[in-house]
Amino acid sequence: MPQTLKELGDHVAAALPQQVLETEILHDQLIVRVKREAIVPVLTFLRDDPRCLFALLSELCGVDYPDRPERFDVVYNLLSLKLNQRIRVKVRTDEANAVPSVTAVYSAAGWFEREAWDLFGIYFSDHPDLRRLLTDYGFEGHPLRKDFPLTGYVEVRYDEDQKRVVYEPVRLKQEFRSFDFVSPWEGMSHVLPGDEKAKAGEGGT
Amino acid sequence: MSIAAEAEARIKSFTMNFGPQHPAAHGVLRLVLEMDGEVVERADPHIGLLHRGTEKLIEYKTYLQAVPYFDRLDYVSPMCMEHSYALAVETLLGIEPPPRAKYIRVLYAEITRILNHLLNICAFGLDVGALTPFLWGFEEREKLMEFYERVCGARLHSAYFRPGGVHQDMPAGLADDILAWCDTFPRVLDAIEVVLTENRIFKQRTVDIGKVSAADAIDWGLTGPMLRASGIAWDLRKAQPYDAYETMEFDVPIGKHGDCWDRYLVRLEEMRQSLRIIRQALAQMPGGPVRVNDRKVSPPPRGEMKSSMEALIHHFKLYTEGYHVPAGETYAVTEAPKGEFGVYLVSDGSNRPYRCKIRCPDFAFLQSTDFVGRGHMLADVVAIIGSMDIVFGSIDR
Repeated sequence: MPQTLKELGDHVAAALPQQVLETEILHDQLIVRVKREAIVPVLTFLRDDPRCLFALLSELCGVDYPDRPERFDVVYNLLSLKLNQRIRVKVRTDEANAVPSVTAVYSAAGWFEREAWDLFGIYFSDHPDLRRLLTDYGFEGHPLRKDFPLTGYVEVRYDEDQKRVVYEPVRLKQEFRSFDFVSPWEGMSHVLPGDEKAKAGEGGT
Repeated sequence: MSIAAEAEARIKSFTMNFGPQHPAAHGVLRLVLEMDGEVVERADPHIGLLHRGTEKLIEYKTYLQAVPYFDRLDYVSPMCMEHSYALAVETLLGIEPPPRAKYIRVLYAEITRILNHLLNICAFGLDVGALTPFLWGFEEREKLMEFYERVCGARLHSAYFRPGGVHQDMPAGLADDILAWCDTFPRVLDAIEVVLTENRIFKQRTVDIGKVSAADAIDWGLTGPMLRASGIAWDLRKAQPYDAYETMEFDVPIGKHGDCWDRYLVRLEEMRQSLRIIRQALAQMPGGPVRVNDRKVSPPPRGEMKSSMEALIHHFKLYTEGYHVPAGETYAVTEAPKGEFGVYLVSDGSNRPYRCKIRCPDFAFLQSTDFVGRGHMLADVVAIIGSMDIVFGSIDR
């Protein structure tokens, strides 16, 4: 009988009280936030526990929230083939603090961690081969960070005189345009400006 | 030390570059191989030569503008890439496409699966020395791309599966033509099988080459035909059905040994099963609208825009600003032809995705090249890469 996500979340939280910070169910998906230092034991537990058996690491990625003190989320999406369940494990980190590598738990994590290092600059300790993966040889910066411009810093062209490809700072023919669509008319909550006063008035009478 | 032993000790492994421009590399793969004679000691794939920063670009586009980027990921199976994204956005918006849209999606997802497997099987045959099936396969692919063109106007970059349904309804007569094609296609499959399956050369190149055990396949995150060939009956269409797959009847083929030959056989059988699904989808397809009837998400029909001011405003707003998606996150997966294709979408409540991580199955496949190919001959690495079904559009993103 398939266990519900709620039961699964409670089971994980009860088994690892020291490591699990919070569990949440969003859009029928279970999210577990754990301590950064504890990611290896947590994933090992999730892989081996008979009520979890999350043996397949479907993906691992970073998310950048520059306004937060610990700006990066590292997200692990796990899949249990036996129980037909998914779980999402999250840890928080920043530029200075390393996340323990989970390559020893899942071999598949190797490239995913390299990718997160390449694109976000999230450092994974004890990774056997933490090189850049997707960007150019000799690339500088971490392009998926929110403070990295979409146009990048350098552009390449073939130089006829030097007979090779040269790197130059980006020159934009037209200023980069990014439109801000956050207006008071769209995407706001059901409370109209001024509604809070009406409520306060009702409370008063 | 004897002279022979001394000579042996002097043989050093040497490094060899395979690609980035190599016909058997299936794109721009630079594979740095450490060789001991003709035996591969270590394979180090260098990827990213086709990196276009799709994930970064999507963060600067509206949800609708992001759809065409997915066609350009795995350009061999474009509609299946859009499928996950459409499901992810629909989950966040809390909308469900109408039944007809679900059936059209299943129909075209299966056409895409055949499209993908045809290319893979035939190119795989070509990699190991059989040219003829490649020509036959491309003839069929051409017919399938015509079905693409008739439904969305483009042969490859379709932008057809959109959040809230599909872009437009199927034109009259298309269903009959697809059915007619379903009757002729098995003969082509039989012909390919006659040339390849029991062919002595083909079997010598593929049987017992690149074996992956079930436990290793899971550990390396392999999905799709790679996992099924290792003997695990796992198919997201069965396990976690989406759209109209719940009502479809089909079998999930699995292999026994997890070698290159098994992967080929699994794909071949999957095409026959896809035909079954196509027939069922066409037979069961209900009538009705193909997009949600919510003007805040899907644009109004052209005719209405000519007479209704409100429809015109909705159209204008949808194609300039787009729709705002409530804050939240989801991980939507579909069984793409290559395996589990996932989209991890984070929304912050604006009209643009905050983060869109694309999980491509072949990224994990290529990662395992070192593990699978170690100890094999150089020519076997070509067979292994061919059997993995790798497309760089989706690996490099």
